[in-house]
Amino acid sequence: MIANYGYKDGSGEFYISIDTDKCLVCTAQRACLTACPKGMFEIMTDDYDDEVAAVKQQFRRTLAYDCTGCKPAGGYTSLPCSSACTPGAIKHSW
Amino acid sequence: MSTGEKKEYWRWEESCWIDEGKNWRDAKIITAGIDVGSVSSQAVICVDGELYGYNSMRTGNNSPDSATNAVNAVLAKSGMKLEDITYVIGTGYGRVNVPFAHKAITEIACHARGANYMGGSSIRTILDMGGQDCKAIHCDEKGKVTNFLMNDKCAAGTGRGMEVIADLMQIPIAELGDRSFDVDVEPAAVSSTCVVFAKSEALGLLKSGYTKNKVIAAYCQAMAERVVSLIERIGVENDFFITGGIAKNSGVVKRIEKLLGTTAADTKYDSQIAGALGAALFGYTLMQKQGAAAAKAAA
Repeated sequence: MIANYGYKDGSGEFYISIDTDKCLVCTAQRACLTACPKGMFEIMTDDYDDEVAAVKQQFRRTLAYDCTGCKPAGGYTSLPCSSACTPGAIKHSW
Repeated sequence: MSTGEKKEYWRWEESCWIDEGKNWRDAKIITAGIDVGSVSSQAVICVDGELYGYNSMRTGNNSPDSATNAVNAVLAKSGMKLEDITYVIGTGYGRVNVPFAHKAITEIACHARGANYMGGSSIRTILDMGGQDCKAIHCDEKGKVTNFLMNDKCAAGTGRGMEVIADLMQIPIAELGDRSFDVDVEPAAVSSTCVVFAKSEALGLLKSGYTKNKVIAAYCQAMAERVVSLIERIGVENDFFITGGIAKNSGVVKRIEKLLGTTAADTKYDSQIAGALGAALFGYTLMQKQGAAAAKAAA
């Protein structure tokens, strides 16, 4: 399942998508949990009883601001969460 | 000073229905799904995995009371008691506040499951236009979610937005869809994505000479464009199905169909009960699994 967390508003479209099929058999030891400087990820049991990563509820409506520090303007050349997720389950829409 | 009662143009019709052709006393498993949304609440009762009855009403300011009121109406109509229900699943915005629920499941999974029942196993793309959010869901032939996105940050493209326009135009919400086609020329969509600004823009259009119908058409078009941009992010695969209250607004539905180049699948069921129905069906599957496991253990 592709789970898209985020929103679209007048300023743009801000979604973090997580491919839970890749996440389910994580070979990166859940590195996303520690890679995100803001600790935005958590492991939860989804509706189909799979233990997968998700963006914490309190960040889902503020991604444009919370992720700013990890974008190129913040000095990063690649996103820490996407880089840490070696199975390639995490992607940003912007 | 006027003593007349203020008419609530936004108020949509609540409904309660049971299938008189079914006898719940004959059922082995009775499950209920309670969808407490931000605007409306639904209670659906399934007997042996088939829809038996539902109630759809406006959500009050208290989720537990809304859940209780929703189920009580359908229980009263059927002569059933809450204790007769084997398993209850809560879903929707207030799913964790359903006092008698055994489990909570997100409305995304429940809408997919409900749409699979209402529209058939060929349904792949679902658009749920709820009271205060909008969801685009892709599912497989069993109604299992394969891709989803949700927008609950902005009221544009939601039922609440349509209620605001109904009140502003002083036209009953159920009439908005048909009236939006009663225009000489299809107007451009209102440009504001925010409901508050769209309201101001609508007033400006009225002042500039637009008829009420033309303003409604412009708003329906804006709402359609708004949700189509969302659904295109996950891709549209036929069959396509729309759930939620806005599915009853032909002005928005037909414009979405035109923009997507497809037709939404028809259903004989109330589009607003999809989430609660899906929850009740989840409950049935769970009970079947538990029954099978218990039978296996006893053998």
